[in-house]
Amino acid sequence: MEIFLNENSLTVDEGITAYEIRNKVHKDADVVILNGFMIKEDNILQANDRLTLIKKGAVPDREELEALLIARHTPGVFQKVKKARVGIAGLGGLGSNVAISLARTGVGKLLLVDFDVVEPSNLNRQQYFISHLGRFKTDALKEIISQINPFIDIETKQIFLDPSNIEDCFKHMDIIVEAFDSPECKANLVNTILSKFPDKYIVAASGMAGYFSSNTITTKRMMGNLYLVGDEVSAAQPGCGLMAPRVSIAASHQANTVLRLILGEKDI
Amino acid sequence: MIVNGKEIDFPDAISISELLRGLNLNCDKIVVEVNMEFISREQYSSVLLNQEDVVEIISFVGGG
Repeated sequence: MEIFLNENSLTVDEGITAYEIRNKVHKDADVVILNGFMIKEDNILQANDRLTLIKKGAVPDREELEALLIARHTPGVFQKVKKARVGIAGLGGLGSNVAISLARTGVGKLLLVDFDVVEPSNLNRQQYFISHLGRFKTDALKEIISQINPFIDIETKQIFLDPSNIEDCFKHMDIIVEAFDSPECKANLVNTILSKFPDKYIVAASGMAGYFSSNTITTKRMMGNLYLVGDEVSAAQPGCGLMAPRVSIAASHQANTVLRLILGEKDI
Repeated sequence: MIVNGKEIDFPDAISISELLRGLNLNCDKIVVEVNMEFISREQYSSVLLNQEDVVEIISFVGGG
């Protein structure tokens, strides 16, 4: 029967176990992952099982690395996300978190759009480092992602998005993530995408300021292909700031919605 | 008509623009759907609403 060892096809005898293969192929591997789950006891393998063997501390070559990066994914997910193209509009607390989450998932193409540079007040919730201060967010985020998953095709655009350039910017993307700060920019993007690209998905966010309950942040399916994340009321304003926990909860709602859409799950 | 889940009394055949003014909503921060259909900004003055219509208005708040 055929199985997949570190994502490569391998013909093995029926009834063979995960540990038997480890002992034969990679005796010193200390992490054994079967179909996305790290096993602690031996298992008899079935046809088409995905087995990954990892030696802690070893740095694999580039070809093997891509297979090892996705060893904990649910089987079948990686092959679908690798073909997806996702545009992220705004690289602040929402966008930087969404981009990194999707990069870790192995989304094949990410278009990162922001006009601004990293400044100190960003670091309370955005995924940048001190060493990025003054650099374009597009460049900083591209660098971070290359250190997490170098197999992502990343395109960057340093532009201020408005109704005149949104259509051209996102015409090749399947899904667009609205990750702006200002309510006018959010509305501009969502209105333009729904008008110009009724077949594309847009995942927007509204209401994630403060330290209110985590559980008021939800994902809703709205008109057409619009999904809306947030509590819809907690605005960033004097006296109510934006902090990492709630902003990243909203960002993770957005990223999971994108992942579900890529995998054909349209319900929330 | 029903606006964001609440019954609201408005004269028949008012435009979306008039409804938004009546609700004191800023056109620059919203997305509008009528009967589950997206309405573009260009249509706000031409689409007229009647009693049976179900209107949803998303009002974006800042933060990200």
